[in-house]
Amino acid sequence: MNNASINWFKYSSPATFYPLAGRLIPWFMAIAVILIGIGLYLSFFVAPTDYKQGEGYRIIFVHVPAAWMSMFIYLIMAFWAVMGLVFNTRLSAMMSQALAPTGAMFTFLALWTGAFWGKPMWGTWWVWDARLTSELILFFLYIGFIALQGAIDDTRRGDRAGAILLLVGVVNIPIIYFSVKWWNTLHQGASISVTQGSSMASIMLNTMLIMALGFWAYTIAVALSRARSIILEREMDSQWVRELQEIRQ
Amino acid sequence: MKARHKRLGFLIVGLAALGLATFFVIQALDSNLSYFFSPTEVAQDQAPSNHVFRLGGMVEEGSVKRGEGVDVLFTVTDHANSIQVLYSGILPDLFSEGQGVIAQGKLDADGVFVADEVLAKHDETYMPPEVAEALEKGRQAEVKMNGGTTP
Repeated sequence: MNNASINWFKYSSPATFYPLAGRLIPWFMAIAVILIGIGLYLSFFVAPTDYKQGEGYRIIFVHVPAAWMSMFIYLIMAFWAVMGLVFNTRLSAMMSQALAPTGAMFTFLALWTGAFWGKPMWGTWWVWDARLTSELILFFLYIGFIALQGAIDDTRRGDRAGAILLLVGVVNIPIIYFSVKWWNTLHQGASISVTQGSSMASIMLNTMLIMALGFWAYTIAVALSRARSIILEREMDSQWVRELQEIRQ
Repeated sequence: MKARHKRLGFLIVGLAALGLATFFVIQALDSNLSYFFSPTEVAQDQAPSNHVFRLGGMVEEGSVKRGEGVDVLFTVTDHANSIQVLYSGILPDLFSEGQGVIAQGKLDADGVFVADEVLAKHDETYMPPEVAEALEKGRQAEVKMNGGTTP
């Protein structure tokens, strides 16, 4: 490793990661508040009404970013699961554990707002089509991961069991994403695609992207803060924790 | 070979096997995972025509006829085949001619689909009304230029 690049492995140790996370949290929280504030303002006051759905479509400004986050967070957790299983780093499992409640929250938010949109637009709160069902399975995966990891007293074994569950569940993510393409579903196809661009007016699209970035910043901030608590809990007996200023006081 | 390379190898092989298994399961379940059948699939007898199934497609322009009370008769089409649908009940707000729709019900002896539930299917387009209006004007101008043939 040359001197110019950052030594990433340095931050895989809880003792160095803990203060770094502490410094980053206020920044990401501030970004989250600003972006979500701007995003909500645009959603309610600037974005025009839709030609067919009227005002009710505005729920997508929360629904779509939440659904994206629910999938992204799972992928990041799966990435940490691989890291934990391959490199045996302690921090990896803590990161998955720290992200899980936020992932579950966004999945629930996506399902919930989707039901609110579905009732006036489709005429039903819920249908068992491929998109809705696979997103519900994602919610159960998050809950299952939290339960499994928490149920095993030995943290090393619990982490490993959780990581394997995460990796088995990762097949669900492409199923969620492509379900609207592979099968006939009640849920509409993606409005934004890498290959075909977007089928939304640009102000609507930008608002959605700002909300998504805000959700990202929020996720990073709360996950880091949760990771700090997990570090303290797990490394309670270590020398460096006992020497922390906030612990000694 | 280091221990961590071995673990990575196991993981990759395991995930590949899992992916393959999922692929086959999805292949096997393919027809069961679809939420509805299109009129063409019904015409080709791929739909379970002797019991309840869902029919999806577009409401054909000019086909909606209101009967007594909340009875409504319309045609669902996928531009290749079409099926008449009879429904008595309250239609969702988005239901209109030219709009996607999913109906659940049974085919009767005359080939009319008797629905007990009708859901509106929305597409992935979101735009302000002015844009929709402009697009519609453009489409009409194009139709005129082509001598009245619909695109």
